[in-house]
Amino acid sequence: MTDMQDYKSGIKYGTFSYLPEMGSEKTRSHIAYMIKKGWNPAVEHVEPSRSFSHYWYMWKLPMFGEQSVERVLEEIEACHREYPNHHVRVIGYDNYAQSQGLSFVVYRGKR
Amino acid sequence: MAKTYEAGVKAYRQTYWTPDYTPADSDILAVFKITPQPGVDREEAAAAVAAESSTGTWTTVWTDLLTDLDYYKGRAYAIEDVPGDDTCFYAFIAYPIDLFEEGSVVNVFTSLVGNVFGFKAVRALRLEDVRFPLAYVKTCNGPPHGIQVERDKLDKYGRPLLGCTIKPKLGLSAKNYGRAVYECLRGGLDFTKDDENVNSQPFMRWRDRFLFVADAIHSAEAETGERKGHYLNVTAPSPEEMYERAEFAKELGMPIVMHDYLTGGFCANTGLARWCRKNGLLLHIHRAMHAVLDRNPHHGIHFRVLTKALRLSGGDHLHSGTVVGKLEGDREATLGWIDLMRESFVPENRNRGIFFDQDWGSMPGVMPVASGGIHVWHMPALVSIFGDDSVLQFGGGTLGHPWGNAAGATANRVALEACVDARNRGVEIEREGKTILTEAAKSSPELKIAMETWKEIKFEFDTVDKLDVVNR
Repeated sequence: MTDMQDYKSGIKYGTFSYLPEMGSEKTRSHIAYMIKKGWNPAVEHVEPSRSFSHYWYMWKLPMFGEQSVERVLEEIEACHREYPNHHVRVIGYDNYAQSQGLSFVVYRGKR
Repeated sequence: MAKTYEAGVKAYRQTYWTPDYTPADSDILAVFKITPQPGVDREEAAAAVAAESSTGTWTTVWTDLLTDLDYYKGRAYAIEDVPGDDTCFYAFIAYPIDLFEEGSVVNVFTSLVGNVFGFKAVRALRLEDVRFPLAYVKTCNGPPHGIQVERDKLDKYGRPLLGCTIKPKLGLSAKNYGRAVYECLRGGLDFTKDDENVNSQPFMRWRDRFLFVADAIHSAEAETGERKGHYLNVTAPSPEEMYERAEFAKELGMPIVMHDYLTGGFCANTGLARWCRKNGLLLHIHRAMHAVLDRNPHHGIHFRVLTKALRLSGGDHLHSGTVVGKLEGDREATLGWIDLMRESFVPENRNRGIFFDQDWGSMPGVMPVASGGIHVWHMPALVSIFGDDSVLQFGGGTLGHPWGNAAGATANRVALEACVDARNRGVEIEREGKTILTEAAKSSPELKIAMETWKEIKFEFDTVDKLDVVNR
């Protein structure tokens, strides 16, 4: 019992937010996974105070049919540069399941 | 030419054994495993089952001639050996769709597994599979929401969902129970669950439980910024009380309720599923009593059939077994029935025990729930077996963590995300499981302790009900 730790909770960001923040290398492989699955990448961002909402701001339109991992990463970076304090997430839209195949926060915003 | 009436007893095979019959697309097809009484030949036994589960009775009656029995009768149309078992055989039976009330799982099963199961000419009888024609599927309501709508409502994508059944299953006060729920949810679970036998006992009445659980959910959501739920069990002594409980869950803004579809019954379940679609609540389905029906390889109803019955009757989650945990379940057979829960078309595949193509059309899918005796060390296998569209439930594996529920929940969430992360990057997660978890534990003391706690626990008893192909 001596080394029992007190539980520290806090705001989380959905899938992968219980892992350490991803570097660009890991992010790259998840984008490659989305593309391989045939999903359409999209970038979204929001003020941290409004993150519980289903609807974040779209960064441009989803990148339908995009096959280049680098292009998707560039858009994530561009979004982050323009909104450095916002959460930025990447989504893989699965138009057959009519849902999102994957969605995770790449940049965790500052409160 | 019109038939004439002859009183007396005819062999069933004269009327109900029709080996030349080609089943119609609209027929309901069933395959039974029949163990006949000594001296009863296969064709007669198969014909008897066809008769007793459709239009027939033991003797000819004059009123048979007032209808077109050749249209309404069930037909035994094929017989096959059971691999590795001479005591029984498979009989394939086709039923015309008009034998059944539209949208009524109750009616279909009253016929298919009714009197015939007590019939003296057979020693044992098991309903192995049923093909529901699309024409019949379209008359059923099905799951209230389905997998995609659940993900959208809860805003959770790209991973299995995580749950936990609150323990001890009986005896906690409502307020202490809510505490256990809150700790699990703030630690990173998506759901907690009422145990199946938590209804409304003297130690914790349902209304008190609902109120404290609602507080726990709202607190955990505010704290984590993630959406949370608790399967509020609305299984009740009567439909009126069931709906009263569901209505109160809705008033509290709860996202999901729960029902036991076999002990509660198909009638109550179908009604509740319709209520859930109408009122926007998800429906978690427990399966108490299933092993009474599905475990004996020679008698009863196979779970793949109970799975189809639930998808037609309606539910958004259904317990499927874990393959790896403390409860019965063969891997290939389990993969067969989780396909039947989730996919829109499931082709015949005898290696998974699927006897017929099953077309579900646009009927929503059901999330399989893996629950029972599982812990973090099972995570790589669970993610590999079940994929993203599933709920993985760690009861003891959350609550038994040496630092408490929240830490236990975090350990599971970290392990889950590490496995999904590795899978997406192309790692073979079942083979590399230990490396993945060990790596993830470096940044999660909660996971590290969990891995030390449950290292040695395994459940390696042989399954009793194996697929017939492996019984030989």
